Formats: sequence, structure tokens, C-alpha cells
Amino acid sequence: MLLFFEQCLNGLQFGLLLFLLAAGLTLVFGIMDLVNLAHGSLYMMGAYFAATFTTLTDNYIVGIVIALGATLLLGMAVEVIAMRRLYGRDHLDHVLGTFGLILFFNELVRLIWGPGGMNLTLPSWLNASIEILPGVQYSMYRLSIILVALAVAFGLYVVVMRTRVGMLIRAGASNREMIGALGINIKLLYTFVFGVGAALAGLAGMMQAAILTAQIGMGENILILAFVVIIIGGIGSIRGAFIASIFAGLVDTVGRAVIPDLLKLVLSPAAASTAGPALSSMLIYLLMAIVLVVRPAGLFPAPGNR
Amino acid sequence: MSGLLQVENLAKRFGGIVATDDVVINIPEGELHAVIGPNGAGKTTLIAQLTGQLMPDSGRIRFDGTDITHLPMYQRSMLGLARSFQITSLFLDLSVLDNVSLAVQAHAGHSFHFWRDARQQADLREPARAALARAGLADRADRPAAALSHGEHRQLELAMALAGKPRMLLLDEPMAGLGPEESARMVEMLRALKKQYTILLVEHDMEAVFALADRITVLVYGRVIATGSPDEIRNNPQVREAYLGEHEEGVVHD
Amino acid sequence: MMRMFTLRNALAVVVVAGLLLVPVYAAFIGNNFILSMSTRIVILAIAATSLNLIMGYGGMVSFGHAAYLGIGGYVVGMLAFEGISSGFIQWPLALVVSALFALVIGALSLRTRGVYFIMITLAFAQMIYYVGVSLSRYGADDGLTIQRRSQFGDLINLSNKTAFYYLCLACLLGSVFIVWRLVNSRFGMVIQGARSNDIRMRAIGFPTYRYKLVCFVIAGTMGGLAGVLLANHTDFISPAVMHWTRSGDLIVMVVLGGMGALFGPLIGTVAFLALEEALPFVMAKTIDPYFIAQNIRPSEYWQIILGPLLLLVVLFARGGIDGLLARIDRKEQP
Repeated sequence: MLLFFEQCLNGLQFGLLLFLLAAGLTLVFGIMDLVNLAHGSLYMMGAYFAATFTTLTDNYIVGIVIALGATLLLGMAVEVIAMRRLYGRDHLDHVLGTFGLILFFNELVRLIWGPGGMNLTLPSWLNASIEILPGVQYSMYRLSIILVALAVAFGLYVVVMRTRVGMLIRAGASNREMIGALGINIKLLYTFVFGVGAALAGLAGMMQAAILTAQIGMGENILILAFVVIIIGGIGSIRGAFIASIFAGLVDTVGRAVIPDLLKLVLSPAAASTAGPALSSMLIYLLMAIVLVVRPAGLFPAPGNR
Repeated sequence: MSGLLQVENLAKRFGGIVATDDVVINIPEGELHAVIGPNGAGKTTLIAQLTGQLMPDSGRIRFDGTDITHLPMYQRSMLGLARSFQITSLFLDLSVLDNVSLAVQAHAGHSFHFWRDARQQADLREPARAALARAGLADRADRPAAALSHGEHRQLELAMALAGKPRMLLLDEPMAGLGPEESARMVEMLRALKKQYTILLVEHDMEAVFALADRITVLVYGRVIATGSPDEIRNNPQVREAYLGEHEEGVVHD
Repeated sequence: MMRMFTLRNALAVVVVAGLLLVPVYAAFIGNNFILSMSTRIVILAIAATSLNLIMGYGGMVSFGHAAYLGIGGYVVGMLAFEGISSGFIQWPLALVVSALFALVIGALSLRTRGVYFIMITLAFAQMIYYVGVSLSRYGADDGLTIQRRSQFGDLINLSNKTAFYYLCLACLLGSVFIVWRLVNSRFGMVIQGARSNDIRMRAIGFPTYRYKLVCFVIAGTMGGLAGVLLANHTDFISPAVMHWTRSGDLIVMVVLGGMGALFGPLIGTVAFLALEEALPFVMAKTIDPYFIAQNIRPSEYWQIILGPLLLLVVLFARGGIDGLLARIDRKEQP
């Protein structure tokens, strides 16, 4: 039972991480109508920046902050140099162009940091366990991920729902021609949104790096999950992305823990150990397929969206 | 009530907005029935429900006695109800002839034929050319559809609606964006078509409406406020107030 | 009347002629590398041709087409592993299985449009990939070695590289021929119309879903054929063949050659694989010498150029090679 609870927490943590990734993705998609496959690369760059700067400055917090800034700048640079030219084009063009960017970033990382991946060591105060409930130990680090991600989610909510910039963003997600007509500096808004999305992705990468290490190609696998999440949640909807991410994180984590055991009840141990991991990996895609069949525009599509 | 097209108490809401409010229209065979109304009156929503793009919340639509209220789009076309689009919706990357041939092909049985070259099949090409001729585009047959002018696009829209040998045409603002010469030509073309087809015409162009329509329905905020002959409508005080008042200069006195 | 002698036609003729002569050339210089390379090109071109059918002509951008390479290959591999080497059993079964997968995936995916379609096809391919990874009996992640190529008795010996190559080439030309007849038929017109304007097609009376589904199944089956050939060519099959980046490669090949052009996929495959070989080679000759002192070999990182190159092609040469040649052809017309 306690194990199940821990798995749920892990699922929540993974879901929140997915949300950080999905939020940027759905914003960019909803407002700029841009399918950005290279979002995973920004996630990877965040991880590598964090590993590098924390090592260089020998201070975890400072390193993270610098890395966040670096990812934000990188995101804005990518928007200005490459993404701008893709707006308004066919989605296939986006897929191809950003696919090219993935190749580029993977090679760039290999060139600068080598093929071996990089470790991000946590300071001792994060490496500890904390007793969250009587008798229940949980990793301090994972707990802090949950808290930070929730804080960011809340911050996003406040900005999107309660500020002028947020209003522009919501308006843009529903009707992008209109905000142009209103005379808002679209270019700046787009660069800003893209940069923020990149920073969020980078933050997710940094958090994940301490658990799994920073590696070439780490972005691609989680990117697909992020896309699945925004499709389930409905493109352009941050609320949808939040709900879908948490749901996906829980399903994936708890599923992986529970399915092999469940299968052993009905199948032979050999079959269960083969089918178990496969089914767990497939679960989230199965979910997306079901959602798309019932609701081809996702659970909470932003109103006015195609 | 009997007619080729019968709309019975049709209703459609979008959230708080009532787009179609208890609409009743009856169009006997051979009539050209115009639907007019100010912008936002719900004309396009009405056509969308008639063609199957939108499903009404309540009410019935009958075509030649058959209840088509919930029939999918492609099946309505097979029953003989053809539409033209308000915003040009063609196969721009195909040739003009290909466009119309497709409309012919839709009514030529199933298309699970994988071998013979469709562009060489006379039973597709001949009727297509005939429809193009009727719409006045015979000489543009081999041009890419994208190369045509806006007026010619409207003609192509018409040709495609005709190619399927429909019994009834739903024409959604065929004059949209046309200059005076092109408009006059379109009116003549529609007048010629009147003899063969039942037509529901949604239009803003009042000259055309009064020149062509046998009967007119006036739609305001989704509701029918008047139905009758052009004279009746012209003299209806409610209509004058709600709508024609803005268009005094455009009304034709014949 | 269309001119027969256009640059686009000329290129297609040259490439096909070149492919026909490859074994002769290989025997002449006594080196089999070019034969092996060409076999790979031909096999991938079959997969690209099948993708072009749904993507270029049908407008259905599938980001999971590599899955069919894997499915076809795994049927062959799994049967071979279980002792069934007869090609007469393996190949038809592989095609049927590919068709079934395409039927299910297509039936679900075609309910969506645009980017949703791209993502759902990607997701399905990922599912199949994970199934492949979990097949511990058949090598899982490491893949499965195929001890014996498909046996066809006295009909043909697939272990004979030249015979195998010509078989693959025949399959490629057959695939292109089939696509040619398909896209110009009534069926093809529906597919092209649906690509151009799906709503209009439905408005004029076509139930486009079922036609697109049939098209999708045909393409999946053809992809399965490519997978069968690939497994025989490499004597090996692994989940890596189905990785989503391989699907991305296929899309690149089709776009590079020219979407919706008959020989576009073949030319695109040649261009893509040639680029994979040539780019590092060229970089080694031109750029590497400058970096010897720093002990770096830039040519090892050739993909760093491929990436932006792809972006440039998307921005400036969207019609691919076929599109570029078409532009030149048009200029030369009176």
C-alpha cells in the first residue's frame, strides 16, 4: 500500500514534469500554430546547461538559474533564426524543419559534450529523504520537483488568466488573426512565448537530469509523450495539458509498476514478463488512441480551434 | 405541407447564441426560393444544416419526402441535393475539368476502380464538359483551377453543383465578390437554370434576388419574420424595417 | 500536349538505367559495396514510394510508416526463427499481416486530421516499436539474426546478391507502376480530391474515409514488402528499423525527391542515402585538414549540416528535386 502511494507520488512528479514540457508545446502550437519537434532538444539543452553550469559554479542553485537563463536565450534565438520562417506554413513543413533541428542539436551536443552523456550531481541537502507522512520516507529531490513544478504551474495560471500578456496569449490561442489586427507587436509576443516554452522545457530537462542523467536523444522519447498529452488535453489548452499530464504521468508510472503483477495473475510468468513492459509502454498511446476516437479534438480544445 | 424541400421547426444553438430559431420553409418543386437577411441572421448556419455539415438540435428536414435531418453530407448529394459554397471551395491544384469530372464521378457508382485512367473515360469527361458549357466555362476546361479569376471560380462552383445531375441546388451567395458585369451574367445563368432545377438561393444581392425569386424567406437573428412573393416581401413593413430599409437604393422597381 | 523530354523525365530515366546496370558495374570493378548499397537504396525506395502514395498523392502525412518495414521484416524473421524458411509462406503472410496492421491503424487514425493524424500515426508506430522491443524470444532490443534467407526452391536463390538485387529492382519498378495506375484511376482521383479538399469531396458525394483507408492499407502492404526485402538483405531484423526517426527519414526521402511525383521517392532516396555517404566524405576532404592539430574530425559530425540543410530545403525547395527540375523545365518552354 505504501509502495502504491510512493508510485502515485512518482506518477504525480512525472506528470508535472510532462506538464512543464507540454505547456510550452501547447502554447506554441495554440498561438503560433507551430508543430515543434525540436522542443525535446530544448529539454536536452536545459539538462546539459544545468549539468555544465552547476559543475562550473560548484553551486546547484546558481547553476540552475544560469542554465534557465541560457535556455531562455537559446529558445529566443532559435525562434528568431529558424522558427519565424515556418509560421503560416503547412504542418508537414514544421515537422520536417524541426526534425532537421533535432539532428542538428543532437550532433551539436555530441560535438561539444561528447557522446557519453553528463551527470548532474545534487547537493547533499537535496539528496536526502524526508518523512512526508508518519513512517513514509520520500526522496527530498522528487518532492522538491513536485513543489517547484506546482509553483510554476500556478505561476503560469496566474500569468495566463490574470495578466494582460496572458490575455493576449489566450486570445491568440483562439484567434491568431485578431491579435495581429489589434496592433500588438506579434513578433515580440511570439519570441517571448517561444522563449518561455523553451525555458519550461529546459527546466523539465534539468529536473530530470539528476534522476536519469543528461543524454543525447533524451528529448525525443519524452517529446512524443508530451505530444500525446497535448492531444489528449486538446491543443492550445494549458488546463487540458495540466490535467492530461497528471493523468498520463499517473497512468504511465503506476501502470508500469502494477501491470506486470496484474498480468502474472492471468498469464504465465514468462508471458507476463514479456508482455508486461510492452503493455506498460503502450498504455499511454492506447489512451491517446481511445481519446482521439471518441473526441478527435482532444478533451478540452481551445474554443475556436480547428 | 408538401414540397421538394421541407424544413420543419429547425433549431440550432451555439452556447448562448440561437443561430436557427424554429425555422419553417417549404419549397415546392421547380421554385426558386431565396433566403435573405442581414449579416449574422444565420443563413450560413441554415445551409450548413441543410447540407449536413451541422446537425440541428431539433426539427426535421425532408427532401422529397425522405427525412434527411441526420444524414451524412455525402449521402445528401446522392439523393439529389447539391450545394455551391459561399467561400470558394474547389480543388485548386487540379484542372477545371478534373474538378467537374469529380462531381460527375461522385454520382457514377462507387470509385473502387484502380486501373483505367479516369481522365480518359468519356462517361466522366463528357458530362463534365457539358456542365462546364452550361456554366460558361467550356474554354477554360484544361486550365488549373487556381488560375481562374474569382468570377470564374463562382462559375466553376455552379458547374460542379450541376455535374451531379441534382434535383435541387442550394446556392450559398453565388454572386459574392462579383462585379456588375459578372453578376449580370450569373443572374442570366441562374434564370436559365430555373427551368430545370429547384433552387434555394441565399443571397445579399437584392437586385438578383428580386429578379429571380419566385418566393422569398426573410431571416433575422435566426427567425423567419416573413415568407412570400417578392411583392409581398417588398411591401412587408417588418421586413422593410428590419432589413430592406438599409437597402432602399438597391431595390429594383420593375 | 506534354513534352516527353523534360529534365524530370530525363533524371528518372538516368537513375533507373543506372540502377539496372549496377551489378554489371560492380562485377567490372570487382567490388560488391556498390551492389549492397544499391540494394538498400532500392528497398528503401519501395518504402518511400508507398509513403508517397498516401502522403504525396493522398495528403496523409504518416509519421509511422517505418513500422511496416518492421512488421514485414519481423514476420519473415520470426517464421525463419521457428524453422519456416519457405518464402512462399513467409512473404504472403508478411503482406497480409502488414495489411491488417494498416487496416487497424488506418481505421483509427483516419478519424483525425492534420497534425492529430501525424501524431496518432507516430504513436501507433511507437506502440509497435515497444512490442518489438519486448519480444524477448525474438531478440528484443538486440534484434534477430536470420540464418537463412527466404527459400524459393529452384525459382530464385536470394543468397545470390545479383539475383536478389534484380528481384528488389523488379519490386520497385512494379511498385512505381502500381502507384502510377492507382493515382490516375477513379480511385486515385478520389484520393487526390480528398487531399485537395476533403470537405468538398464529401459535399459532392464521396465517402472519403473508406477510400483513404483502402489507400492506407495498400501503402502499408507495400511497406511490408519493403520490410520483407530489407530483412532478407541484412539477414537481420531489429526494432531499430521501426524507430520513429526512421519514419522521419522516410518522410525526408519523399519530400527531398518531390512529393506527388512518380519517381520522386526513388530520387529522394538516392539523394538522401548519397548525402549520408557523400557529406562526411566531402567534409573529410575539405574541412578535416584544418582541424588536425586540434585532434577533431568535423566529418564525424556531418549530421550537424544535414539538420539545417533539411530546414533550408523545407524553406526554399519545398517541391524537392522534382520541383526544382519542374521550375527549370517551365523556363525552357516557349
